[in-house]
Amino acid sequence: MNKHQSRAVEKIQKDFSAGAEEIKDEITLFLSPDTFIPAIKLLRDQYGFDMLILETAVDYWPQLEPRFHLVCRLWSMAENDILGVRVPLKGNFPSLPTLTVLYPAASWFEREVWDMFGIKFEGHPDPRRLIMPYDWEGHPLRKDYPLGYEEPQFTFNFEKVAAHKPHPKE
Amino acid sequence: MADYREVTLDDIRNLVSDRALSGENILLNMGPQHPSTHGVLRLLLELDGEIVINCIPDIGFLHTGVEKNMESKIYQKAEVMTDRLDYTNTIGNNLAFVLAVEKLLDLDVPPRAEYIRVILTELSRINSHLIWLGTSCLDLAAMSVFLYTFREREIILDIFELVSGQRMMTTYIRPGGLWRDVPSEFVQAVQHFIDIFPKRIEEYDGILRKNKLFLERTRGIGVITAEECVQYSVSGPILRACGKPFDLRRARPYSVYDKFDFDIPTEQNGDIYDRYLVRMEELRQSTRIIEQALKDMPSGPTRSSDHKVVPPPRSEIGTSMEALIHHFKLWTEGFCVPKGSTYQTIETPRGLLGVYMESDGSPKPLRVHYHTPSRTNLQAMPIMTRNRFLADVVGIIGSVDIVLGDADR
Repeated sequence: MNKHQSRAVEKIQKDFSAGAEEIKDEITLFLSPDTFIPAIKLLRDQYGFDMLILETAVDYWPQLEPRFHLVCRLWSMAENDILGVRVPLKGNFPSLPTLTVLYPAASWFEREVWDMFGIKFEGHPDPRRLIMPYDWEGHPLRKDYPLGYEEPQFTFNFEKVAAHKPHPKE
Repeated sequence: MADYREVTLDDIRNLVSDRALSGENILLNMGPQHPSTHGVLRLLLELDGEIVINCIPDIGFLHTGVEKNMESKIYQKAEVMTDRLDYTNTIGNNLAFVLAVEKLLDLDVPPRAEYIRVILTELSRINSHLIWLGTSCLDLAAMSVFLYTFREREIILDIFELVSGQRMMTTYIRPGGLWRDVPSEFVQAVQHFIDIFPKRIEEYDGILRKNKLFLERTRGIGVITAEECVQYSVSGPILRACGKPFDLRRARPYSVYDKFDFDIPTEQNGDIYDRYLVRMEELRQSTRIIEQALKDMPSGPTRSSDHKVVPPPRSEIGTSMEALIHHFKLWTEGFCVPKGSTYQTIETPRGLLGVYMESDGSPKPLRVHYHTPSRTNLQAMPIMTRNRFLADVVGIIGSVDIVLGDADR
């Protein structure tokens, strides 16, 4: 961790009582949904992390407490530095404030997170699904959502699979 | 499946202006099937006559669920799916995935493998830029350029076939190095390519650079400023054409790029013509890198010798017990990656490609997320097409250089 990163991390840890973890020279700050926006605003304005290059979520089902982690990465153009942020989220349909007020790029990233995981972002200007069709039900990247493949039709399950196959009507 | 439901004006009320809802502006659907959208991209255009007021991209028509699929496959099998994401820059996708796996495993790569990786990645970059040049000029009605660039591309695909047996979906870069060493004709084939290529770049420039029709269709169109680029996380040639000399190969060098001497082309205006100039200069710089790498390529092994991850040679299996056990474990269970998470970015011909990989100690990844340049750059489409004519939209899509496999995954 170089000097620029360590200064930023220490300030955030002091002001927002955040945890920090260093895995193989990548630093990650642990924030909560309340301190999420103020801490990132501080990082952007004071420490020059002006580009958001990752915003996604991870599902830890069957572990339910916390079930989701929101993962972000911020890039500083001036210092060529990268900093990670993780927000553990509780509950099956958590919600947290949107990052679009700070980085307009977060618009589509958060749409994808809503589409794939069901995490709501309060104040998002365009809360629609991004890649699934507009009337899809369910959130595909959750671990309890089935993979959805076609079962190969062998002789022992021939009738069972044939019942679900679409046939032309007479 | 649910019954079909028509999209009504209520669904898009907050996306389009009031003039569109009252019928004064036209809502035009530049639909998923269109010869100029470079794939299955849908653009909802709000037009005032011929002028575009707003452009709303709609993606997801090529979504194949790669991220979900990778969670149920071991790492070796998941890597095969990475070729198919950005299908014009296949080696680059492999490289991003493999760098992430090697970071989590703490695996060392021998230097010969690093140099060959660089040569193949730069060839893949030239391949992608040739496809871009051909197809975007086809959209702007300079149709002969398409045939010339695909003639050059055949030479590159022949090199890929020489090295791995496959023209496009090679999966040649594997954790620990390469699949196997390059054949003896490789150096000669690449040398032949970089001998003839600079003259061919001059041919394309001769057709386009001072062509009045090309300048009319590209100068001053699709402008985006550098601040907007940073706010919308746009990277790659679009950012470099706006004036910011940002190239990840220079900013945070990965995989021996710090040993090569190359320039980062930048232009000032941020329009389509400047992106054309930046990409043409990148072709020349890639040729420079390949020349240096070919000269300095060391000899030695091309894959790490850690047989817990890399399969042992077949000749050892008959005589060594450990080789047999390693082979068995790798083919039945796969290698276990220790718990952790990492984010590896590389510079692709389109921009920054990032792989976020999280593992939980099992041979299958817990979460693999691809942060792709095509999807990120597409967010800036409304800014670039505002107040421009409908005919310019086609040129702008070509200059953003999207690949829908990248954007939708």
